[in-house]
Amino acid sequence: MQAFVGYAPMLPEIVIAIGAMAILMLGVFRKDVTPGEDFGSGWLTVMVLIIGGALILNGDGAREALFDGAFISDAFSRFSKLLILGAAALVLVMSLDTLSREKLLSPEICVLMLLAVVGMMLMVSAGNLIALFLGLELQSLALYVIAAIDRSKVRSSEAGLKYFVLGSLSSGMLLYGASLIYGFTGSIDFSVIATVAQGQPATQNIGLIVGLVFLMVGLAFKISAVPFHMWTPDVYEGAPTPVTAFFAAAPKLAAFSLLVRTLLMGFPGIATQWQQIIVFLSIASMVLGAFAAIGQKNIKRLMAYSSIGHVGYALIGLATNSEAGTQALLVYLAIYIVMTIGAFACILSMRTADGPVEDIDSLSGLANKNLGMAFVLAMIFFSMAGIPPLAGFFAKLYVFGAAMKSGLYTLAIIGVLSSVVGAYYYLRVVKVMFFDESKVTFLPVVRSTGVVMTLAGAFVLLFVVIPSPLVDAALEAARSLHVATAAAAR
Amino acid sequence: MTIGLSHYLTVAACLFTLGMLGIFLNRKNVIVILMSIELMLLAVNINLVAFSYYLGDLVGQVFALFNLTVAAAEAAIGLAIVVVYFRNRGSIAVEDINMMKG
Repeated sequence: MQAFVGYAPMLPEIVIAIGAMAILMLGVFRKDVTPGEDFGSGWLTVMVLIIGGALILNGDGAREALFDGAFISDAFSRFSKLLILGAAALVLVMSLDTLSREKLLSPEICVLMLLAVVGMMLMVSAGNLIALFLGLELQSLALYVIAAIDRSKVRSSEAGLKYFVLGSLSSGMLLYGASLIYGFTGSIDFSVIATVAQGQPATQNIGLIVGLVFLMVGLAFKISAVPFHMWTPDVYEGAPTPVTAFFAAAPKLAAFSLLVRTLLMGFPGIATQWQQIIVFLSIASMVLGAFAAIGQKNIKRLMAYSSIGHVGYALIGLATNSEAGTQALLVYLAIYIVMTIGAFACILSMRTADGPVEDIDSLSGLANKNLGMAFVLAMIFFSMAGIPPLAGFFAKLYVFGAAMKSGLYTLAIIGVLSSVVGAYYYLRVVKVMFFDESKVTFLPVVRSTGVVMTLAGAFVLLFVVIPSPLVDAALEAARSLHVATAAAAR
Repeated sequence: MTIGLSHYLTVAACLFTLGMLGIFLNRKNVIVILMSIELMLLAVNINLVAFSYYLGDLVGQVFALFNLTVAAAEAAIGLAIVVVYFRNRGSIAVEDINMMKG
């Protein structure tokens, strides 16, 4: 018994993995499982996620390292894991109805989502290269299958295929980078890598830097930063909408947390090198996200380019390599996730008697028919465009503030300019909803989807009144990472 | 001439590049892409084992074993997705994967 007490920081992951197994077994042995209807596996999954979240909340967020530093539990991992679990649970709650109507709700998709969540949690806690790789692969392998879950539709399987090919390519690059880093430092442990890299003069670090570049390319694929974003629009459009909502929220945060932890813990000594890459990725993502979204007709493709743009803004926080920057990044991602979930709750509600629709034009005149939904979607799009006093404005304020503090003026200016360009396509959707002639009539919003929609809308509106819980938690998380880095450097 | 670490690294780099070229230049068949991905992962294994031997450190070989396992799982999932795709589309030619632009 004594031997297991040491595993306590890993309890949430263990519980969720066991929950996934239990649902899988139920799915195998129960006789009443038909596509779209079963023993309530969807709600069981939500329950498992909530139990996992409660276990994390129960912990105190003190820094602990398990398995020789392969698994690190600290305030940073706590913050990210809570967000991941919350995002996964909310996405599942709002899409249960759609999933069962499209005959996609089965124990399989629930199990795959849970396993993907376990993978994400391991990514967030990864303390060495093997843990990084295994967590990433557990998440990715589950996500490839989820993208292709609608087996009868050619678009869904095409999305799965594209995601698989490009995702595996990125895993290969990441692994190649990991092997080089291991070879040139002699260790897979982030803290040892940091010490070795710090002790050598920069000219001897070339092998390490090449490895780091490969590693970052691999991770840039996962967060869909330009120029490694090619898969995003197609996968977002092809995958079933609930799956797209899931993809847009939780995995992005997990990959971001992994990138932040890897760079800050493993490579603080060669920060000037990786900062250049991050600055480039950030500028490219912001600009492409702003311009490529303008011509889109499909709302899911629009959301894909919008998410690429948001990745660019969040990367500004990482480019500063400072505590304020990491805090800004975490605040940005949290707000981005809530906005994305709210937007997808509205997209899930875009369904007519003939089935779901995805054209932006079909939103026309929504304000006359369903003012509530039009209002929430308008608030969320205003917030994404960064209009005060909504949450998205403060998200951008924090990252630009962090960039100014670190002297990255060019980055901040390009960010402001591209957000002005980006505002155009968000406002176009709002204009279509409020001022165009109505064309199609949507069915009434399902209750669970409506609840999530309202929650997201309320968060976006009320963040200005009580920002401190989120901002303080993000500060604590950022501090835990930077304190650990500073301690390792000494 | 003795065979040193750099020779192994060169072989691995060549294999890795071949794998990557196979993904980007191949216009024929998705199965070839799967083979190219496998080639990339195995190139990494050569790297890891060579480094492990020359550093006198076992961790690299452990990493290589994990890598093999994950590569097998990845191949299984990739083939499954290709089968599903073929059932829907009736073709696995790369130029036919074009339902969505991009």
